[in-house]
Amino acid sequence: MTLRDLPKHRPAKIMGFHTDDPDKETRLREIGFAEGDLVETLHFGLFGRNPMSVRLNGALIALRSAEAQVVLVDPINA
Amino acid sequence: MPKVDVENFVDNKTVRLALLGAPNCGKTSLFNALTGGRAKVANYPGVTVEYRKGMFALPNGQDVELLDLPGVYGDCGHSMDERVAIDAVRGNLEGERQPDGLVFMMDASHITTHLHNVLQAKNYGLPVVLVLNMMDMAARDGIDIDIGQLSEMLGIPVISCVAVRASGRAHLLDFLSEWTGDVLHGSAAKPDPEADRLQELQAKARQITGGAVSRIQQAETFTQRIDRFVLHPVLGLILLLGILFVMFQAVYSWAGPGITAVEIIIGWVQSAINVVIPEGWLRSLLSDGIIAGVGSVIVFLPQIVILFAFILLLEASGYMARAAFLVDTLMARIGLNGRAFIPLLSSFACAIPGIMAARTIEHEKDRLTTILIAPLMTCSARWPVYFLIIGAFIPAQKVGAFSLQGLVAFGLVIAGIVFAMIMAFLFKKTLMKGAKSTLLIELPSYKAPVFKDYLRGLWDRAMIFINRAGRIILPTSILIWFLASYPAKSDTIRETFAGKIGSVLEPILKPIGFNLEIAISLIPGMAAREVVVGALGTIYALGADADEKLSQTLQNAWSLPTALAFLAWFVFAPQCLSTLAIMKKETNGWKWPLFAFAYLFALAYAAAGITYHTAIAFGL
Repeated sequence: MTLRDLPKHRPAKIMGFHTDDPDKETRLREIGFAEGDLVETLHFGLFGRNPMSVRLNGALIALRSAEAQVVLVDPINA
Repeated sequence: MPKVDVENFVDNKTVRLALLGAPNCGKTSLFNALTGGRAKVANYPGVTVEYRKGMFALPNGQDVELLDLPGVYGDCGHSMDERVAIDAVRGNLEGERQPDGLVFMMDASHITTHLHNVLQAKNYGLPVVLVLNMMDMAARDGIDIDIGQLSEMLGIPVISCVAVRASGRAHLLDFLSEWTGDVLHGSAAKPDPEADRLQELQAKARQITGGAVSRIQQAETFTQRIDRFVLHPVLGLILLLGILFVMFQAVYSWAGPGITAVEIIIGWVQSAINVVIPEGWLRSLLSDGIIAGVGSVIVFLPQIVILFAFILLLEASGYMARAAFLVDTLMARIGLNGRAFIPLLSSFACAIPGIMAARTIEHEKDRLTTILIAPLMTCSARWPVYFLIIGAFIPAQKVGAFSLQGLVAFGLVIAGIVFAMIMAFLFKKTLMKGAKSTLLIELPSYKAPVFKDYLRGLWDRAMIFINRAGRIILPTSILIWFLASYPAKSDTIRETFAGKIGSVLEPILKPIGFNLEIAISLIPGMAAREVVVGALGTIYALGADADEKLSQTLQNAWSLPTALAFLAWFVFAPQCLSTLAIMKKETNGWKWPLFAFAYLFALAYAAAGITYHTAIAFGL
């Protein structure tokens, strides 16, 4: 599953990145996404869940679905 | 945004330090606090587009030259402003020596997300100190950091800091006194290089934070509770519109006493001139030229100050990045980037910093599109024009709870935004095809603005406005006075030099309802849009009763359709040489500025013409 499809308020663990564009992965890593981190989607834009804001280690990060679908996640069962 | 020009210091006793770190970690606040510098503090990513230099002395007398760099996450430099930061640190910035040491700042609350960035910074081959800022807020959020252990694991010194409080900086200053000595003598430890791969750095960083940072999971922070409402897709947008609406209402409702005070002062000066200086050309120059020209612009200072009081408050509180998030969903529809919101918002002050702030946009075509539509945002130079015409022609009555004048102003601003969106959409479909846009920003925690920084920002804005009046409007007012007064025997404005120049433009502008006086005022208006107000002030002052206010003169001289067409023209207002010049600089050529001028002129002409003839058709 990718971060783009993660249900709202469902915590998930980041498993890795999947993209043809290494630059995208670099940018996501630089701002703080890394394997093993917990992530949770909090807010969505008006149209098509785009952009979304996610909580990541106490930070709040806004990103578009084009970036969110690069992040592979594994939802944690509540 | 003017670059602070401090003389290049060659004194080898001065130590050169660079402030590096992610956006919003407090670099500019620390810079301001240490140097008393005038760099703008704001709370959204990408505000420090150019780097700034400042000097200060440490408690032990050591002189420090401090470089405030744009916020940057990694070492790649994806956008133009990030490249400035990276180049400065690597010593690749033209005219700048490489700094002697790096002060790496980090928001302590975000240590887990950002720690790999400081590991990366160790690879620049310079001594590095990590400054953990906003330690008080991190503690409030339940984050406990073992500074000693962190320093040991990172292999560099770590200092805790609260940049906005003198007591919170004391520890840092003490440390720097000692460290800078070591840096100068080359005895400060250069950190061991780290791995190049981000993934490895992140793994190492997580290991370090796992050991040195403990986090007590808190139910829900203050910021999260507010964001449930502020970032709500519908309620959030309504709130944003509401805030903008209140802002424009306030500009009209609260400025009254301020404007009256300025008018009284101008009146005093005017009567003093009439008493001291005998009737003649000198009195006319001072009274009709300078006072009427400069005064008619200065009178809008209170409204400008109120406008910026809002903008700066939104920036400093952390709301602005959220506004970017909220409008991104709309921006994506027209193919633009949420990041473009920030340059576009700056353009409400002036298109020049807005166009420069577009450097934060990574994709070249997105950046060009943003630059092209930036002049459609209602810049502060247009406000004097709006204030004058709305004040003169729109009745000061209430519509429900709102002032009609405020509603019209709000409508004009919205018109500018709507046309900007339409044009952006068209540009992206035609000239700027194929660019993909992204949004990836951090939304900072809400904070109360630092009152001193806030007031300084407001003061700077007011001074920029007054300086413009002095530098641009004063000389053009004198020129206009001369051109509109001579040859001396002229009975009407038409026989003067100004009239002869204006009559060349008159036939072009007549179909859209503009008269000779407007044609004349638009020419010096190229220098700056608000000069039009000063020019009209001078032109009409020469022919009018000295006691009559410009707005009263206009009520008699212009028809309502002409006034409305004039307002419609200024939604687009192609004329502003400084904007075209900065466009040339930022796009490396005349192609885009000429294109912008042409499309804005066409829109302005069409809008004014349609407004004029529609108003006449409705019998206004």
